[in-house]
Amino acid sequence: MMRKILLLSFLALLIAGYTVPFTMPVRHCYAQALAGGAEDVPEIHAQVEAQAEPEVEVATEAEPEPEAPTPTAESNAEAIATKGVALDTVWTLLAAVLVMFMQAGFALLEAGFTRAKNAVNVLMKNLMDFCFGSIFYWMIGFGIMFGAGNLLFGTSGFFLQDTGSTFDSLSWSTVPLECKYFFQLVFCATAATIVSGAMAERTKFIAYIFYSIIISAIIYPVVGHWIWGGGWLAGIGMWDFAGSTVVHSVGGWLALTGAVMLGPRIGKYSADGSPNAIPGHSIPLATLGVFILWFGWFGFNPGSTMGAIPDIAHIAATTNIAAAAAAIGAMLTAWWMFKKPDASMTLNGVIAGLVAITCPCAFVSIGSAILIGLVAGILVVLSVVFFDKVLHIDDPVGAISAHATCGAWGTFSLGLFAQDKFCPGTTGNGLLFGGGWKLLGAQSLGIISVFAWCMITGFLLFYIIKHLVGLRVSREEELRGLDIGEHGMEAYSGFQIFITR
Amino acid sequence: MKLIVAIIQPHKLPDVKQALFDAEVYSMTVSTALGCGHQMGYTETYRGVPQEVNLLNKLKVEIAVNEDFVEPTIDAIIKGARTGNIGDGKIFVLDLPQCIRIRTQERGSKAIG
Repeated sequence: MMRKILLLSFLALLIAGYTVPFTMPVRHCYAQALAGGAEDVPEIHAQVEAQAEPEVEVATEAEPEPEAPTPTAESNAEAIATKGVALDTVWTLLAAVLVMFMQAGFALLEAGFTRAKNAVNVLMKNLMDFCFGSIFYWMIGFGIMFGAGNLLFGTSGFFLQDTGSTFDSLSWSTVPLECKYFFQLVFCATAATIVSGAMAERTKFIAYIFYSIIISAIIYPVVGHWIWGGGWLAGIGMWDFAGSTVVHSVGGWLALTGAVMLGPRIGKYSADGSPNAIPGHSIPLATLGVFILWFGWFGFNPGSTMGAIPDIAHIAATTNIAAAAAAIGAMLTAWWMFKKPDASMTLNGVIAGLVAITCPCAFVSIGSAILIGLVAGILVVLSVVFFDKVLHIDDPVGAISAHATCGAWGTFSLGLFAQDKFCPGTTGNGLLFGGGWKLLGAQSLGIISVFAWCMITGFLLFYIIKHLVGLRVSREEELRGLDIGEHGMEAYSGFQIFITR
Repeated sequence: MKLIVAIIQPHKLPDVKQALFDAEVYSMTVSTALGCGHQMGYTETYRGVPQEVNLLNKLKVEIAVNEDFVEPTIDAIIKGARTGNIGDGKIFVLDLPQCIRIRTQERGSKAIG
């Protein structure tokens, strides 16, 4: 019944969206590119003729071609600008597909950290949140995030309708609108897919689909509008370069609400409250997933320039070194706390460092990036232990710790380590470089307000889903595995799996 | 001496282990098994084609005990594995003619404990 309603409402929205785009004006950038191309052609012809037939100079002089323009400073500048836009577009799209590939990284990381009997379910969630997100972010999300509106949310630009000034909040980038949409979409999908890990092994598949639609259409875009779309947090001077708060904290805090609403997996906590280990079924898959995420992050951070500028080199360097430092920090912390260099914690450490450096990557030095990463690596281990042993919140993959905790730390760290010399006229100096408390205050307000927004919307959303379709599968289904219960198939058909929990 | 062979639901193993521990039965051998009894199978579908699965995942627990431990062991397995539903499993009790501990070459009752 609920599945039918979902399907029908989805189709209705799709049809509504389908009728709109035909009224859209021709994309100015596309027209520009065409015009640029048309100008280029006669110039080239003129050059070729001049080289090939130098002896017919007299004839050319006698009949000068009126349509062949001589290159002037203006026409050259225009041609260079056109090529500049093309280069920016190539870089932004390349970065976008790198970030899109992070979906594969999340899918493998989460599948590896959970049990074999739930692998199909985890993979399907990672696949389908990107698919639903692609459509609903185009219909609603992108307009709320970047469309002209008020300080809290955009009220125009749904279905990518551009009336000329609708997307002024993104006018700093020269790339075509569809490139901006696709680049922003893969960020939205990243935020959405974080939650699947924390809610793994016990959530109804249909409930997760509902959630992924709402986060892509409303919850994530509103925060994005506050910080990136000309909203109130940008107004008070909060900076988040590539989304420690916008993307990762949003995903992390929603993961927290989801995990709290679901409760722990069966067998996770004994009657006396002591936690039990439920080991993931494939550390090789998880490791491959983390490497793919690290690889994709070179699109996530350097790509957030949305233009091919030399700064991407500095951003790539800070991004990489923070991840490396965080992995070392997490490994050493785990070694000290558990007497062994725990692989799963070290993998979480890589993600923690990448999440933390996402906000400050363009504004801090490489030395600061190492410190930010190291602290993130230590924090993620402590946070995992804290959520598991103190709060008894069951997060199978450590998503809350890696994304919410370290996202908040990364956002906060900008207020400490920012240096004006890297992007003059943006953040100014942080506290440790003599810039005072202003930036730190703005960053802190950003962290707290996004936390509050995600808590309110997250609990409300999962409460509604719980009463609409149910949030959690039955005890029998959870014990047998969601692969058979939700999808009617096994991930490793033909293999005998030792199911004891 | 008896060999107790129990077929149980995989997810009940922790409960069975705890019950055996409480009954002071500390040694066992556990292996995965596929089997069917009165419990019906279930249908999987692969690419739209249904597939009847009637050999279900089970665990086989084997415990060698002396006579006075037979009943406590059986009670412990029942306590840990029983849900009251079809599919809870079976316990087989077999005579065990000989038992040898490899390390010491002890034989019989001494080798079991």
